[in-house]
Amino acid sequence: MIVLSFISLFVGVLDVSITDVLTGNTEALRVLFISRLPRLLAILCTGIGMSVAGLIMQQLCMNKFVSPTTGATISSAQFGILIALLFMKQSTIWSRAIFAFIFAILGTWIFVYFIQKLQFKDVVMVPLVGIMFGNIIGGVTSYLALKYEMSQALSTWLVGHFSMVLRGRYEIVYLTVPLVILAFLFANHFNIVGMGKDFSKNLGVSHNLILFMGLTISAMITASIVVVVGSISYIGLIVPNIVAMFRGDKIKGTLIDTALFGGLFVLACDMIARIVIAPYELPIELIVGIVGSILFVLLLLYRLKHGTKAISFGKKKQKIADAQGKVV
Amino acid sequence: MRIRNLLKQYGGKKVVDDVSFEIHKGKVTSLIGPNGAGKSTIMSMISRLIAADAGAIEVEGKSLKDWQSRELSKHLAILTQSNNIQMKLTVRELIAFGRFPHSCGRNTKEDEERIDRAIAYMELEEFQDCFIDELSGGQRQRAFIAMVIAQDTEYVLLDEPTNNLDIYYATNMMKILRRLCDELGKTVILVLHEINYAAFYSDYICAFKNGQIAKYGTVHEVITKENLAEIYRVDFEIMEIEGRPLSIYY
Repeated sequence: MIVLSFISLFVGVLDVSITDVLTGNTEALRVLFISRLPRLLAILCTGIGMSVAGLIMQQLCMNKFVSPTTGATISSAQFGILIALLFMKQSTIWSRAIFAFIFAILGTWIFVYFIQKLQFKDVVMVPLVGIMFGNIIGGVTSYLALKYEMSQALSTWLVGHFSMVLRGRYEIVYLTVPLVILAFLFANHFNIVGMGKDFSKNLGVSHNLILFMGLTISAMITASIVVVVGSISYIGLIVPNIVAMFRGDKIKGTLIDTALFGGLFVLACDMIARIVIAPYELPIELIVGIVGSILFVLLLLYRLKHGTKAISFGKKKQKIADAQGKVV
Repeated sequence: MRIRNLLKQYGGKKVVDDVSFEIHKGKVTSLIGPNGAGKSTIMSMISRLIAADAGAIEVEGKSLKDWQSRELSKHLAILTQSNNIQMKLTVRELIAFGRFPHSCGRNTKEDEERIDRAIAYMELEEFQDCFIDELSGGQRQRAFIAMVIAQDTEYVLLDEPTNNLDIYYATNMMKILRRLCDELGKTVILVLHEINYAAFYSDYICAFKNGQIAKYGTVHEVITKENLAEIYRVDFEIMEIEGRPLSIYY
């Protein structure tokens, strides 16, 4: 029932936005196909991709606060783009994407290797280290950009926005689709690895192989989004957490919900971004940042108060109580 | 299962020193001994969680190293001490993971039936849709045992399964393990701290001291006043209850 209501909710919002786009542009179908439709698809891919990437990273690192933003993936991808801009003057979006891929994957691996070696006791330490690591890479990026007078060009990738999404320069974002499908196929593997090294060994799953594969997938998803849209923080952090609060941590069951909710979240933020100062638009990063940070604080407060317990609905609690009563 | 000349060193100190013994099939074998005797290390090596520095462990006549990890996980299941998993999974989802080595994540009807049977065997029907972090320690432990049952392995290894459980749940746990052996014909190997649980519920006892085997044999052979005093360096009194040598120490 929860699933159905969720899905109907998504469909409703999607319909609204599609009709929104259609009625607003009936006289110019050309605009629709060149700008609006790519934009919608890019938004959906971004939302789905970022939240799935976040979900995988959280599972594999066994930490609810790890995400492409707090795991240095985004800043590594940006660093890769800068390197591409610096050394290949004729860089196409594809060559930039390749650089972004390589750097994002390397950055994420280094970060995860680091946190695996150091084994922090406190869960909050891991994202803090990730943010620090990301900032160091970000600092180097800005320094190089300033030195070679590239900061203007780079700013496109620092602040995420969809206004540059036009036909012909956004298609890389579609790469998220096969990657998300791949993630879905390996959902159970990720779950098992997320249960710990001994647990996966007991079930005959190669811990390190799956760990690196999962991180590579989420780094590639992130990089392909950063190349097209720019940095969009918080989605990979918040969406999986909210979905997990309601639906648990079994990836096979939550992946679709996470993806849909991610798409919806970005779509809603994009609509806000376009409406607030119409006919101009705000970068989506701004809206996502504001909404996301508020949600993040609420999430932290909730976790402090209730621990990792699920949000149980009245009925279910009763059921558990009944069951326990019977046993006693 | 045969263990031959097993050796493990940590920083030059021999934690397990030339240990050889054979596990009797279809029986319950308990590994006991004082702290630091090497029982848990041996258990980890038997269950391939850590690698031995020297020696060999043979399962079904084949060395552990020659087994493929996934194939081995159909023959050998381990339940470690640290099962405080932070993940929000339902009991059923957890138990379903036990079928993973067989189905690789795509559970067939037969797999689902086996999961149902494992749930029924551990009397977890009412909890199967609860999240594991909502259960009490004893219930959670039962869920993990159900997972091992679903995994359907010949060997079931447990590292201090009664740890952190109160007397009621700990005794329950031991009864369940006895049933696993008697009813399902499994070979159960467990590390225990509580000598009386070992004496009452197992067939064979292997006592360790300083990384070596101090005594290995049937319960009556090992649990004697002299043996225990030598192993634990504490005075013991042995009482025969229900044909089992139970000990009192003070």
